[in-house]
Amino acid sequence: MTEYLNLFLKAAFVENLALSFFLGMCMFLAVSKRIETALGLGLAVLAVQTVTVPVNNLIHGFLLKDGALSWAGLGDLDLGFLSLISFIGVIAAMVQIVEMVLERYLPALHQGLGIYLPLVTVNCAILGGSLFMVERHYGFAESVVYGVGSGFGWLVAILALAGVREKLKYSDIPRGLQGMGITFIIVGLISLGFLGLSGVHL
Amino acid sequence: MKHPMIRAFINPLIGENPITLQVLGICSALAVTKTLATALIMSAAVICVLTLANGSISLIRNHMPKNVRLIIQITIISSLVIVADQMLKAYAYGMSKQLSVFVGLIVTNCIILGRAESFAMKNPVRLSVMDGLGNGLGYAWILVVVGSVREVLGTGKLLGATVLRTSADGGWFEPAALMLLPPSAFFIIGLLIWIIRSLKPAQAESEEFHAQLSIEGEDKR
Repeated sequence: MTEYLNLFLKAAFVENLALSFFLGMCMFLAVSKRIETALGLGLAVLAVQTVTVPVNNLIHGFLLKDGALSWAGLGDLDLGFLSLISFIGVIAAMVQIVEMVLERYLPALHQGLGIYLPLVTVNCAILGGSLFMVERHYGFAESVVYGVGSGFGWLVAILALAGVREKLKYSDIPRGLQGMGITFIIVGLISLGFLGLSGVHL
Repeated sequence: MKHPMIRAFINPLIGENPITLQVLGICSALAVTKTLATALIMSAAVICVLTLANGSISLIRNHMPKNVRLIIQITIISSLVIVADQMLKAYAYGMSKQLSVFVGLIVTNCIILGRAESFAMKNPVRLSVMDGLGNGLGYAWILVVVGSVREVLGTGKLLGATVLRTSADGGWFEPAALMLLPPSAFFIIGLLIWIIRSLKPAQAESEEFHAQLSIEGEDKR
């Protein structure tokens, strides 16, 4: 159990996808002007990440990995090179399914997320999560924990940035630095803060 | 009036730079710039994929049904990225290990899908190829600048050759360990944006001003 809790903390804070691997940066910077929209997008990422990482883990483990097809009598087949294209397909399909489920059972949340849900497909944090899962050879249980943890970390990071940016509207920033320039520097500072968590172990 | 081909190539270099003005493709720009070598390889991969993707999408732009164009674009892009990834694994294995997942993440690099959607879908093949090349180079020079600054200030070396002798080797230079950590990339790009926007004031954002106006409007309501 401690092992999984440790993995969760590591995925969420120490190896935060947004702040130490810079994944999903385009959206991270573009959709962090207000806290409500940032929360919506963060929740969408959390939901999709929680589903896609374990599903991609199963696909990788039973179809694509070197020797994974031995159950079908094709033990010497390595389809690893297909992982990129199948992961992105799974992600697009999962986003669509999550959208339909939310629309049917949680219409309020679906309304709130609006346009951000489909956009999550091209968020690098999602594809990155699956690729890291493969690179680090996570098992199924670990991949579930990693999916939840990394999605949660991304949510925390975008909320932090949106909070800072809301306050920033009232500050006097040099002309050329306004907008994107100062945002980059703030993200750098937040990321420095997260670095302080590295080495935390249970 | 410059020739449109040349314009498609020159514009994205500084004027409409994908990173500093359009803020696309940031993820990889920040993550692979710890050393100049990784930045160069990554730039080369992105330039190839972007040019070929723009060219081939433009080639079939009139035959693509509108509803499924995103899927077709993503499929073309990911096939190209797989090729680039396999090439790196075959001929530069160490480098491909260092870049880890970031080569694969070219698939979701917004520059590529963005250019495909906004330029290649509307323009003829040769123009799209030039646009891809221009945007790729615009992306590359930012990566190279950030990578060089980080490597020189962080280790005193550039591409493995000593530029500033570090105090550990008996020189005067004290390496700034901060430069090797992820946050420094943010600071450098933030400052680059500041420099470019100060030189070209037309690019500076007036957004914050608008935001304040709309808040005042909301208060009145």
